[in-house]
Amino acid sequence: MDDKKDVVLKYVIEEYLEDEDDEITYDTPLISGGIVDSFSMVSLKRFLENKYGISIPDEKATPEAFDSVDKIVVLVNEFLK
Amino acid sequence: MPNIGSYDERIKDFDWSISEKELGYKDGDVINIGWYCSDRICQMGKADKPALLWEDATGREKNYTFNDVRLASNTIGSFLRGLGINDGDRVCLFLDKIPELYLGFLGILKIGAVAQPLFSAFGDESLYVRLANAETTAIITQRKHVAKVRKIRDQMPYLKHIIVVDYDGRKPLREREIAFSLEEQTPVEDLEIFPTKAESTSVLHYTSGTTGQPKGVQHVHYSLISQYLTAKWVLDLRDDDIYWCTADPGWVTGTSYGIIAPWSMGITQCVQDAGFSAEAWYRFIQKRKVTVWYSAPTAIRSLMKAGEEIVKKFDLSCLRHLASVGEPLNAEAVIWSERVFGHAFLDTYWQTETGSIMLTNFPGMKIKPGSMGKAFPGVEATVLDAKTYEPLTEPGQVGLIGFKPGWPAMMRGYWNNEATYKGKFHNGWYLSGDRSSIDREGYFWFTGRDDDVINTGGHLVSPFEVESALLEHEAVAESAVVAKPDEVNMEVVKAFVALKPGFEANADLELKIMNFIRKKLSPLAMPQEIEYVNSLPKTRSGKIMRRVLHAKEWNEEVGDLSTLEDDE
Repeated sequence: MDDKKDVVLKYVIEEYLEDEDDEITYDTPLISGGIVDSFSMVSLKRFLENKYGISIPDEKATPEAFDSVDKIVVLVNEFLK
Repeated sequence: MPNIGSYDERIKDFDWSISEKELGYKDGDVINIGWYCSDRICQMGKADKPALLWEDATGREKNYTFNDVRLASNTIGSFLRGLGINDGDRVCLFLDKIPELYLGFLGILKIGAVAQPLFSAFGDESLYVRLANAETTAIITQRKHVAKVRKIRDQMPYLKHIIVVDYDGRKPLREREIAFSLEEQTPVEDLEIFPTKAESTSVLHYTSGTTGQPKGVQHVHYSLISQYLTAKWVLDLRDDDIYWCTADPGWVTGTSYGIIAPWSMGITQCVQDAGFSAEAWYRFIQKRKVTVWYSAPTAIRSLMKAGEEIVKKFDLSCLRHLASVGEPLNAEAVIWSERVFGHAFLDTYWQTETGSIMLTNFPGMKIKPGSMGKAFPGVEATVLDAKTYEPLTEPGQVGLIGFKPGWPAMMRGYWNNEATYKGKFHNGWYLSGDRSSIDREGYFWFTGRDDDVINTGGHLVSPFEVESALLEHEAVAESAVVAKPDEVNMEVVKAFVALKPGFEANADLELKIMNFIRKKLSPLAMPQEIEYVNSLPKTRSGKIMRRVLHAKEWNEEVGDLSTLEDDE
C-alpha cells in the first residue's frame, strides 16, 4: 500500500508540482487544491492505468476520487481486486 | 423587476450614451478603467465597501475594501512606473487567481500601460509566443511560475523586468528579476493617473485560431461602456449583491466580468483560488452568500455529474441570478439548474474579440433552453450566407454569426497582425467564426464552429499550435489534431500521430506525448487521446485533411473525398 502511495506521490511531484519548494503529502488536496487541474487529471489517470494494468471507467475518475494520493490509491486498489 | 426592465422597450431607442451618462463620461474625456474601478467608487462614498473577498484552497483569506483596491493599485502602478514602465508598454500578469492579479490589473491600467493577462497554466512555449508577439516589457508572476519564465527569458531582450510577488528570499533572484511584496510596501495615497482616452489600448488577450500563432486581441479603455451596461442588464448586478465570476482573468471573461464590470459598478465580488470540486464550490457559495453567479457550461456539467444529493447538504438560498458563458449551454443544464437551484443558468454568448456580451438570455424574458438568446440592445446581429455574406432572412436557416461593428468593447485589432484582423470582416459584418440559426422570435441557436478551432471547456485551442508542438517530440513524424466530443467539456483535443521509424506505438509513449504537450503548451491543449496511425489522410497536394478525421470522430458524413491522396 505504502509503495503505491510513494509511486503516485513521486509521479505527482515530478509531473504536476510547479514550485519545487512546495511540499505535498499523501492527503494534500490535488484537484481542489489546484495542483492537478481537471484536464491534467486525464494524464494522471492514464499513468495509473499504464502502471497498474487497470482500466478506470470515466464515471469513477471524478475530481473527488483523484483529490489526494490517499484517495487515488484507494481507487487503484478497487480495480486491482 | 430586473435592471433591464423591458427588453422590447430597451431596444426601441437604445443608445450607448445611457452607459456613458451613468459613468459620468462625455466624448473626449479621459477614461481610465483603473480609475473607474477604484478611485471613482471611493469618490461615490463606497470606500469602505468590500470589493474583494478572496480565499485559496487552504482556507487562507484576504479581504479588500474599495479603498484598499484603490491604494493597492496605486502602489503597484507606482512601483511599475518607478521601474521605468511607460504608457503603452505591455505588462504581463502571469499569476494564479491571487489578489495581486486583480489589483495589478488596475495598477497597470492606471499608468497607461497595457495589461496582458495570461493563463498561469500555460507552458513555456505558449508563454513565449505570446510574450514575443507583444514584445512585453515586464511580467508579474509568482515563485512557482518563475522557472517557466527563466526557460525563455534569454530569447526576449525586450523583457526587462520579471517581478516576483511572493519572493521568500530562499533562493537568489537572477538578473532582471525583482521582488515586490504588496504587503510590505507603503501604500501610495496619490498616484497620477495616466490620462488615457477612449481609444487608448487597455488590455491584450490572446486567442487561438485555426492557423498561425495566437492572436493578441487589442481592447481599449472605452470597452468599459459596454462592459458596465451588459453587466447591469444581463448579470443584473445590484448594489447589495455578492458576485462570483468563476473565470480566470487569464481569459477575457475573467477581466471583462471578473474585474472591470463588477468593480466599475461598485459591486462586492468574491474569488476562490482553488481547483474544481462540487462540494468546495457549494460551500463557497453558502459561506460567501453569493447572490449572482457567472460560470461556464463545463463547470455546470461537472456539477450535474456530481449529482443532486450533494446540493442538499448546503444552503444555497442566497442565489438570485445565474448566468453562463464559454460555449453553448445545453438545454439539459438549463433545466437542471432551474430544478436544483431554483434559478436557470442563462446562457450568454460573446468572445475575446467582442469584449462584452453580444447575445444573451435576459433576466425576465422567456427562456428557451438551449438557445443563446437575443442580441443585446445596440448590437446588430444576424446570420450570414457563407458565400455572399448577405444576411439570411428565413427563420431556421443556418449561417455565419455576424455583428455590425460599432459597440464600444469591440476589439480594435490583432496585435501586429492587421491582415488577420481585416480578414474577420466581410460585407460590413464582423464574423465570429460560429454558425447558428435564428428562429421566428429572434432567438439564436448555435450549431457549431465554422473552422477547425477546438472549444474545450470554453477555451479555444488551435489545432495548428498543437500539431506544431507535437512535431517537436522526438517520436512524432506527422500529426493531425481535431476536436473529439466530450460530455463535460463539449470538445477535447484528440491527436492522430504517425511515428518515426524505431518508435513503438504503445500506451507509455502516448502518456509521454500527452505530458510533453501539457508542459509545453497547456493542460487544455494536451490531447486527451492519441490514436496511432500509419499515415494521415492528405489531399493530392499533401495537405492534411483534418475534416476527414473530424467527421469520423463526430460520426458525420465525410463529404467530398475526390482530392484525397490516401484513404487508409
